[in-house]
Amino acid sequence: MNPLPRQAIHATLADANLQLAIYESTGRLMQKRRTALDSPLAADFQSWREQANRIKRHTIENLDHYLELIEQNLTRNGGKVIWARDATEAADFILQLAKDNHALRIVKSKSMTTEEIDLNERLEHHKLEVVETDLGEYILQLAHERPYHIVAPALHKTRYDVADIFTEKLGVEREVVIEKQTMIARAKLREKFLTADIGITGANFLIADSGAVVVVENEGNARLSSSAPRIQVAVAGMEKLIPRAQDLAVFLKVLGRSATGQPMTVYTSFLSGPRRPEEIDGPEQFYLVLVDNGRTRLLGDRNKRESLFCIRCGACLNHCPVYRKIGGHNYPWVYSGPIGAIISPQFHGVTQDPWLPYASSLCGACGEVCPVKIDIPRILLELRADVTKVKKREGAAWLERQAFRLWSFLMRHPKLYELAAMAAPAVLPGDGRWLRSVPGPFRVGPVAGWLRQRDLPAPAARSFRQLWRERRSRS
Amino acid sequence: MSRDHVLHRVRTALGRSAGQPPTALPRTWIRIPDVPLEERVDQFCLALEALNGKTHRVASPEEARARVEGILAGRTAVLSNSALLTECGIHRIQAAQVGLNDRVRLRQACASAEVGITGANYVLADTGTLVMFSSREEARMISLLPPTHIAVVRREIFLTGLDELLTLVPVPSDRSSSMVFITGPSRTADIEQILVRGVHGPGEIHTVIL
Repeated sequence: MNPLPRQAIHATLADANLQLAIYESTGRLMQKRRTALDSPLAADFQSWREQANRIKRHTIENLDHYLELIEQNLTRNGGKVIWARDATEAADFILQLAKDNHALRIVKSKSMTTEEIDLNERLEHHKLEVVETDLGEYILQLAHERPYHIVAPALHKTRYDVADIFTEKLGVEREVVIEKQTMIARAKLREKFLTADIGITGANFLIADSGAVVVVENEGNARLSSSAPRIQVAVAGMEKLIPRAQDLAVFLKVLGRSATGQPMTVYTSFLSGPRRPEEIDGPEQFYLVLVDNGRTRLLGDRNKRESLFCIRCGACLNHCPVYRKIGGHNYPWVYSGPIGAIISPQFHGVTQDPWLPYASSLCGACGEVCPVKIDIPRILLELRADVTKVKKREGAAWLERQAFRLWSFLMRHPKLYELAAMAAPAVLPGDGRWLRSVPGPFRVGPVAGWLRQRDLPAPAARSFRQLWRERRSRS
Repeated sequence: MSRDHVLHRVRTALGRSAGQPPTALPRTWIRIPDVPLEERVDQFCLALEALNGKTHRVASPEEARARVEGILAGRTAVLSNSALLTECGIHRIQAAQVGLNDRVRLRQACASAEVGITGANYVLADTGTLVMFSSREEARMISLLPPTHIAVVRREIFLTGLDELLTLVPVPSDRSSSMVFITGPSRTADIEQILVRGVHGPGEIHTVIL
């Protein structure tokens, strides 16, 4: 059981530059989404969400059927499907592939699934050169950090941080102009693209009826990774499936708008196997690695399996008051924000980071913006219930249970409840709106911690029940 | 076998058995608005220009060629095998490399050329998007490696949007191993959410509409 990383969180909260970077970036992303949804082109947005949810539910509930279908269709296109139970199997396949083809250099476009299975470390361990080519990911690879955000991985880095990283790691002259920094990365990476043997991409969608992988991006690095090297490998979680290419009519529309406020991202690649004989260029070999890595465990839970509908747009992160304060690196796994808070415990068990489902104010923003309508707040509550069950079984949280027992007793005895409500203003004196002070005996343990960041409203002079009675006697 | 293992775990989790047919698949959500051709062209130009792409309307193949020459302004170019480019006589422009059908040579040419000139299979009006299938006419690299991309297109291929495209081409893999949508110049906002164009793909994009 890992405790709440209190120190790290306080460090994030105390770092004014970092706070500004997170707040500004997520704020801009929220604004872009809002603007895109206000356009007449997005008048049907709520219907698209409904449809996206319907399609994902159907696919997940019949997942075995669509897994077999994409395998069949991709094989017919000349590609090959590889099934990986876990991170090791996925990495082992790519290692063997590199060995068989005498490949030394691999270019990679952004993929959360490969982050999840620590693919780079595993390949580098075997002396392969793996180069991240998305600008944000490239910066983080040089800095040896994991993504801060699902869509904007280097959201926490300023131009000055990037200048330091480039100077130190690339040996270039210090450069703080963002356009010039981008051109430095372009030049360095262009050379890698043209000499790499294998290109690895993720997948935003897997299309069962076409045997295809869909990759959405803005930079062009995914197009280069999938088309320049002679071997292409797409690594994807099994839940990325959708039944038909025609379903993209809703999914592409909700994804771009929710992620970055774009009606259509700059590049959308629909890739369905190796180069065909009549085509001039493209990869000679094409592989799709379907990753389980714990997904089948989630699938069994009827109440929470909708967590697998996620299309990784990052909107729930941008709109989350908790993420916007504590940032991405204080979450225990590569998936941060509300979606991370619901999927990490389901992959690793609720006891690994029992505080995680509580890292939410339950304001509901995540559920409202989710383009596939995952009920994140409800799942957070269910996970809290799971944590409590474990704690109860282990006899933990004794004080909390006594407190709720007392509360439940009072709620069931109205006369006693009223007495307590009348006594409260006397025990907890306030200025009418906020408590002036909380008496010493109450400032202990979790209560003290809670009060450090909050003002407690003072009990009303007259209770609701009193007001109600007065009103009735008047009429 | 991992395949059987994974499939077995999926079926157990879902309470399904091997070969069991899927439940009823929800209908697709496709809406094709009724937009006249002239308006589609206007929509496209507006959408692409909002992304800092350039659009050029021309009346004849000769004018198309002259316009492309103007945009090139002496820069070196690689041309695709698109029949439309030949029809317009664009392949006769000096400093243009034509007819590259070898993968390696084509890539070298694209890596050093300043401009890539292609046709397109369809255009999506509402989002300002070019749709390109990889084929014997169109290679993947020409619209990707050079820092500038010029697409020459006919009005007849202007569709209202994605929904109409997916109705005409319901299974894109039947046509090609690669279908790519290009919507404006390559861009990034990975450092401080500041927009920079031309990070990996072309930073400059022109559409010449015939």
